Amino acid sequence: MSNIETLIKTLVEKHGKTRNSLMPVLQGIVKEEHFLSEEAMIAVAKELDLSAADVYGTASFYTFLDTVPRGKNIIRICKTISCHMKGKDEIIEALEDVLKIKVGETTHDKKFTLLTANCLGWCHKGPVMLVNDEVFPEINQQKAVEIIEGIAKASK
Amino acid sequence: MSEYLVNLKINNIPVSVKEGTTILDAAKKLNFNVPTLCNHPDLSVAGNCRVCVVEVKGARLLAASCATPVSEGMEVLTNSEKVRTARKHVIELLLSEHNADCTKCFKNGHCELQDLASEYRIGDHVFIDLVKAKDKIADISSPSISKDDSKCIRCQRCVRTCDELQSVSALAVVKKGDHQKISTFMNKPLHEVVCTNCGQCINRCPTGALTERTYIEEVWKAINDPLKHVVVQTAPAVRIGLGEDLGYDPGERVTGKMVAALKHIGFDSVLDTDFTADLTIMEEGTELLTRLKKALVDGEKVALPMMTSCSPGWIKFQEHMFPDLLDNLSTCKSPQQMFGALAKTYYAKKKGIDPKNMVSVSIMPCTAKKFECGRPEMRDSGYQDVDYVLTTRELAMMVKQAGINFMKLEDEHYDSIMGNSTGAAVIFGATGGVMEAALRTAYEIVTGREVPFTNLNIMPLRGFEGVKEAKVMIKDVKPEWSFLEGAELSVAIAHGLHNANTLMKAVREGKANYHFIEVMGCPGGCLGGGGQPIPTSPEIRSKRAEAIYGEDEGLPLRKSHENPEVIQIYKDFLGEPLGHKSHDLLHTHYKPRIRY
Ligand code: SF4
Ligand code: SF4
Ligand code: SF4
Ligand code: FES
Repeated sequence: MSNIETLIKTLVEKHGKTRNSLMPVLQGIVKEEHFLSEEAMIAVAKELDLSAADVYGTASFYTFLDTVPRGKNIIRICKTISCHMKGKDEIIEALEDVLKIKVGETTHDKKFTLLTANCLGWCHKGPVMLVNDEVFPEINQQKAVEIIEGIAKASK
Repeated sequence: MSEYLVNLKINNIPVSVKEGTTILDAAKKLNFNVPTLCNHPDLSVAGNCRVCVVEVKGARLLAASCATPVSEGMEVLTNSEKVRTARKHVIELLLSEHNADCTKCFKNGHCELQDLASEYRIGDHVFIDLVKAKDKIADISSPSISKDDSKCIRCQRCVRTCDELQSVSALAVVKKGDHQKISTFMNKPLHEVVCTNCGQCINRCPTGALTERTYIEEVWKAINDPLKHVVVQTAPAVRIGLGEDLGYDPGERVTGKMVAALKHIGFDSVLDTDFTADLTIMEEGTELLTRLKKALVDGEKVALPMMTSCSPGWIKFQEHMFPDLLDNLSTCKSPQQMFGALAKTYYAKKKGIDPKNMVSVSIMPCTAKKFECGRPEMRDSGYQDVDYVLTTRELAMMVKQAGINFMKLEDEHYDSIMGNSTGAAVIFGATGGVMEAALRTAYEIVTGREVPFTNLNIMPLRGFEGVKEAKVMIKDVKPEWSFLEGAELSVAIAHGLHNANTLMKAVREGKANYHFIEVMGCPGGCLGGGGQPIPTSPEIRSKRAEAIYGEDEGLPLRKSHENPEVIQIYKDFLGEPLGHKSHDLLHTHYKPRIRY
């Protein structure tokens, strides 16, 4: 059994074999693997006796369940109007510059993926950046770059 | 649903309906037509298209009538200014994302969206055109189904069909917002996924997004080629469905007119799949009796229950979903493929035609048969046994193209040979029909007497219940069948793949002790096939079933083993059921496929 199949078996044991477990199982995989591969979705479908299209339908609905490979750390910059007016574009530019990637891409060392997100609910403290589960409100170019560099160092 | 009655007014007219009735159904009762797109009588309520909105007095918002139950004292307006304006906007919005090239569309003239657009006189674009160029390429990877996302209004009828009626879920709603679409797993081509080619999604798609792959032009070309001898076979359920696309109400039997039309169109021989349906009964009945003998007398391990194999959608389903039960399938080819194999051998020889110059066309109520005819196993004549499969709908289109006034045609008869059949073959078109035909013959072979049911009508096998069961006591058998004396034959019937799925799970778990199971892939059997006229509903399918059983009762011969052409082919060509020739031409094998 491949690693991913073992992981899914464990998750299904934990959450149960019903359709209701689909979301927590998918979230569990993303937590470990950072994205849902074709292989992973198929294995989930098999375990829960669902069609593969069904699993893909659910996975592709949620922005936070990625179906393309992602880096270890996922950076999301809020792109909604308040953060836009507070200068999210400059922040994106600064990050694209240090990471040497564009929005939607992943660094060569697979450490970072840079994405935008719809409203993160922090309009009063924009612009806001989300790195994995951690929120960084009221950032500017310099702060954003420092945070990312800090994470890069810590994970060396 | 309770018996409690609710009183309300629709367009100022009072009406009383059962509690739980939707506004839509209450309006129907008063003959007010409310347009719908996502709603379908065979499916659960989705309430996503909003064309069915109505005004409810006192409510701030318009209500989706298909998804709103009536309440006491409710006052509903189905056609107020507000309602009409809202509906018009809904249709305009749908069209702003729709590739409305009606003149080139297979659904032109039969399209629910087009009907609404013309009814509401949708003219100049009010909303920005959002049809994306990249979506205009249809998925034609499947030999049966064409899927064109640029015509899709995302009503999700197909998704519900494939899930609720067929338990396949090859299609799902993926992504969201303006990226939302109906997709296979990872947007793979249809022919690479679990799709069974049943075409039930086509029958319920309100637009041209899902249609059959059409082979009309290829067939015209063959007909117009003087060097080709074009034979055509017609399946049992076509004769009771075709009329619906040519001006008749559901339930009209048009056998004679259909034969006449096929001759006018220019087919060289007009023959009947019913002939090989009768032949199927001889082969499959013998196969069942042989399996029973092996199990009961020789103590051999054989796969029981035996399952019918006439429905190629069901076969592909089984190959994907229950590959462990493939040995249970009868090895008999479908009647279409038996016909194909015999047309280019037996028929060709009898008529002195070089099979190389033959083109074999079949008219089917089915889209899965388009896939079946291309299976590599289906070339036992040395050629592709069946060259082109057209649906009932495609035949109707050809009749119109040929300028034939169908209703005025005089009845004509099938050509011979391979044009003769019995009532037992006709009922193949309804769920339970193969079982009934098989019992009429097998019982008589074993006991020498007719089945003990009034007028040969085995009523417990009829009707649209999801899974039907029956038991037949076998007594006073002929000496050669003594091992069956006192045995009780236990049979089951499922139609629609959802019911098949339930039954197969029971078989897999060893909880189903039947000897023989009939499965048809489509709800109602072939009469509700994926190639039949659109629309479909439980009422329409009931009418078609009545027509089928009426056709059976009207025929002089009603037992397959009495078909004179069947008796003759065994004498002249095949030898005996399950004999060497039969084995080569009429039987096949199956291939395990993956579900994922
Ligand atoms: S789906 Fe209907 S409205 Fe759209 S192009 Fe085809 S016929 Fe016209
Ligand atoms: S393909 Fe047809 S049935 Fe399916 S969502 Fe689109 S329009 Fe509706
Ligand atoms: S043809 Fe049948 S199995 Fe295939 S997508 Fe349509 S409903 Fe599902
Ligand atoms: S038909 Fe009622 S919402 Fe679509």
